Amino acid sequence: MEFVRTQRVRIQTDAVSTLPLYRSAPSLEVRLEDFELYAMDRLRVLKGISDGLSRGKKPEEMKKLVDNLWKANMSHPDSSEVINKDIISHFVLRLVYCRTEDLRKWFLSMETALFRYRFLLGSSEDKRASMAEFDLPCKAVSSAEFENVRDKLNQVARSIGLPILTADAIFYKVPFEEVPELIAGRRVYIHKGYAYVAMHQVVSLVVTQFRSILSKALILTNRKWTSTIREQEKDRLTPIVEALCTSYLGPDYSQPKEFGEISVKDLDQISKSSFPLCMRHLFDKLREDHHLKHGGRMQLGLFLKGVGLKLEDALAFWKAEFSQKVGAERFDKEYAYSIRHNYGREGKRTDYTPYSCQKIISLTPGVGDHHGCPYRHFSDENLRAALDRMGVGSRAVEDVMDKVRNRHYQLACTSTFEAVHNSQCDAGINHPNQYFSDSQKILQSKNNAAA
Amino acid sequence: MTIEEAENGRDDMLIDGPDRANSIPDGFNANYLKVYYGRLFPHFDIFKWMCYGNDGKHPACDKSYFGRREFSFTLDNDIYLRFQSFNSASELESSIREKCPFKIDIGPVYSVDPAKRHAYAQGGDNVFAPVERELVFDIDITDYDDVRYCCSGADVCLECWPLMTVAIKVIDTALRDDFGFNHILWVYSGRRGVHCWVCDGKARRLTNEQRGAIADYFRVYKGNENSNKKVSLTGPLHPFLARSYTEVLMAFFEGNLLSSQNILSTEERYEKILSMIPDESVTSELRGKWQGRSSNSKEDINVHRWGQLKHMLQSGKQKGQGLRVHEIVFTFTYPRLDMEVSKHMNHLLKAPFCVHPKTGRVCIPIDPENCEEFDPTAVPTLSELLQELNTGGIGADVDDEWDKTSLGKSVRFFRSSFLQPLLKSCKEEMETSYNAKLQQTKNNLSW
Ligand SMILES: [Zn+2]
Repeated sequence: MEFVRTQRVRIQTDAVSTLPLYRSAPSLEVRLEDFELYAMDRLRVLKGISDGLSRGKKPEEMKKLVDNLWKANMSHPDSSEVINKDIISHFVLRLVYCRTEDLRKWFLSMETALFRYRFLLGSSEDKRASMAEFDLPCKAVSSAEFENVRDKLNQVARSIGLPILTADAIFYKVPFEEVPELIAGRRVYIHKGYAYVAMHQVVSLVVTQFRSILSKALILTNRKWTSTIREQEKDRLTPIVEALCTSYLGPDYSQPKEFGEISVKDLDQISKSSFPLCMRHLFDKLREDHHLKHGGRMQLGLFLKGVGLKLEDALAFWKAEFSQKVGAERFDKEYAYSIRHNYGREGKRTDYTPYSCQKIISLTPGVGDHHGCPYRHFSDENLRAALDRMGVGSRAVEDVMDKVRNRHYQLACTSTFEAVHNSQCDAGINHPNQYFSDSQKILQSKNNAAA
Repeated sequence: MTIEEAENGRDDMLIDGPDRANSIPDGFNANYLKVYYGRLFPHFDIFKWMCYGNDGKHPACDKSYFGRREFSFTLDNDIYLRFQSFNSASELESSIREKCPFKIDIGPVYSVDPAKRHAYAQGGDNVFAPVERELVFDIDITDYDDVRYCCSGADVCLECWPLMTVAIKVIDTALRDDFGFNHILWVYSGRRGVHCWVCDGKARRLTNEQRGAIADYFRVYKGNENSNKKVSLTGPLHPFLARSYTEVLMAFFEGNLLSSQNILSTEERYEKILSMIPDESVTSELRGKWQGRSSNSKEDINVHRWGQLKHMLQSGKQKGQGLRVHEIVFTFTYPRLDMEVSKHMNHLLKAPFCVHPKTGRVCIPIDPENCEEFDPTAVPTLSELLQELNTGGIGADVDDEWDKTSLGKSVRFFRSSFLQPLLKSCKEEMETSYNAKLQQTKNNLSW
């Protein structure tokens, strides 16, 4: 895979199978943003599976869960993009989870479970396609042989409560080691080391195969990671990979629910009352300069989307500011695209999620950038001034600065929240949109109490 | 060391000679064992076996193979030495002779020399982990205590030993016919059970998951096998169970166990069987027939009652009750395996030809084809063997001294029925995989 910062070049081939086997890394160019976002989406699916398994969900429930998780996180309005997202996200997480035995084990079992249920959810045509893609150590039982063992196969079918076989039943002959779970349950007839696997039992076979290929591949990935990739990519992929496995996976705030919609006219007021410092700073800078660079537009734009600003309003809001600097025509030509893009209306049509604190803290804003985490990226002097503008009292400012010195940026933000709202925040601040919604809750209850 | 030297350490010193030789006392001690390891134990055969052909000249031989095998020794004073490894037959032999272990266990082949495992721990890539291990089974008669009335615990007699014979037949047939294994060694454990070593290359390379699957294939007890010995059969039998039932278990139960263990002779015993039948109308009718009555027919009372029970359950009045007959037979006769031993690669198992410290009997191989003939009470003991050595005259430096003793038969059987065919197929397998490797183009897996 190639990674580029520029617009991705499309190398789209027609998808053959809906269930890829991830045999080799695709020769696609991938934008860094996608690299991370796709991986996060897949991670949500895997964590959901892990949750379901640890709650002891039954196979049928798991199947449904996986179906829902997949649709919720991995779909894409652009159908040709779905398979790429699937493949890219898998290979990114392979990098993330190749690095220790424990990570490999977790990833292997979750990906295997995911594969199992996706295989089961597929049509019989999909199943056949997957089987053909695997170099399965099995061959179809000829009709002559089928007649020879038919009694035994029927005996097995009866023993597991299945109807008598029809004459056109399809069986595969497989070395018994390939289907351990069918052996363990005595769900197949075995003779001289070969298991006679019915078409409907094939999932066991492909899952075992999938698992063993992935298991070996993870070891190789680990070698490549330690020997070359980590060093080569130390300024680009490595920090992302290292951050991903501890990624923030709480509510992603991409779908504002609690407070409904926010209109453009409310923005000034709520930015003062409920925006965390990072967003307030971006908002103020935008008002002041009528411009923000790409990083700032992403950080603030996605936050506003999470807050409840609709696409039309977002376009109006950004246009009102930008056109003062670059003109309406240039805005339409150059900037409107990326805003629609954030809302999933352009390009890959990913519905981007607002940045979490962890992500913002890990950003590296350059000259002229205003995004990032102020507690981390501001100088002492600038931070004190900013806190002062937010109305944080001098004692609280010292408390915040103390946390900053100890590099506890989220705690510093939490202290700020508490000082501004004069209220406890026990959960701590993990996400700018959480800051916003917690703030709104407090303000509303204060309003209600006043009324 | 000669027997004289060994005996010099004891008060009852021997004077050599045919008449006096009878006076070698029974039992087991370190001095006897030293002689046994020095003159009788087939070190070289164990070495050849554990090499699986890798000690040969073929370019595909893995010279490090034998050296990565774990042996562990239990010494006289209960000192337990794990992770012993050896690089040659002579290293193995001299270590056994020197340490004189009361028990030798064989573990897996590891990724690296187990004796140097700590040195590799830092290495990163070379993780210390088992990579090969025979598929093993351990069957212990103490696990049958609820279905044998002649003995309990570690005791075993000719009345209950046939339970082991049945286990060997059922498992051996399945290993060969179902799983397709060919190189299977059955060994008397020296006291109260049998061990099985499946040595085909395919078996040695099974993962823990695959081993677990095989163990589960053999399992018919529901629930935890430690707490609940009850067999639960829910529907028509799988071909493996059906075959075991019709070819081995039924005949053994009706023709042997029923009478030899007097399974239905007393109220306490038949109640145990009636408790396995959920249908009250059946049990109360049978109870009515059996209570306070001793059979007046000439027929064995157990056989008679069994006939009545079977008739009632199979008469067709009670649908599905026929399965209860199967359950009773399975409960009393089906092999009870120690699952954990089979499921994990790194489980240790006692080496063949060890001597059991409590009985003094040698852990000799059992021929599965003639396993009915095996008599645990006739297995040579250490003292008997030393006696035979003594009567055979002094010839301490002659090879194959075992040939003159009753151990000879067992060593010969080990070689001709197990070791030679095994090594032959190892050689063939090596040839095949070597050629395949030459052909194979490198499969370049990218990340
Ligand atoms: Zn007995």
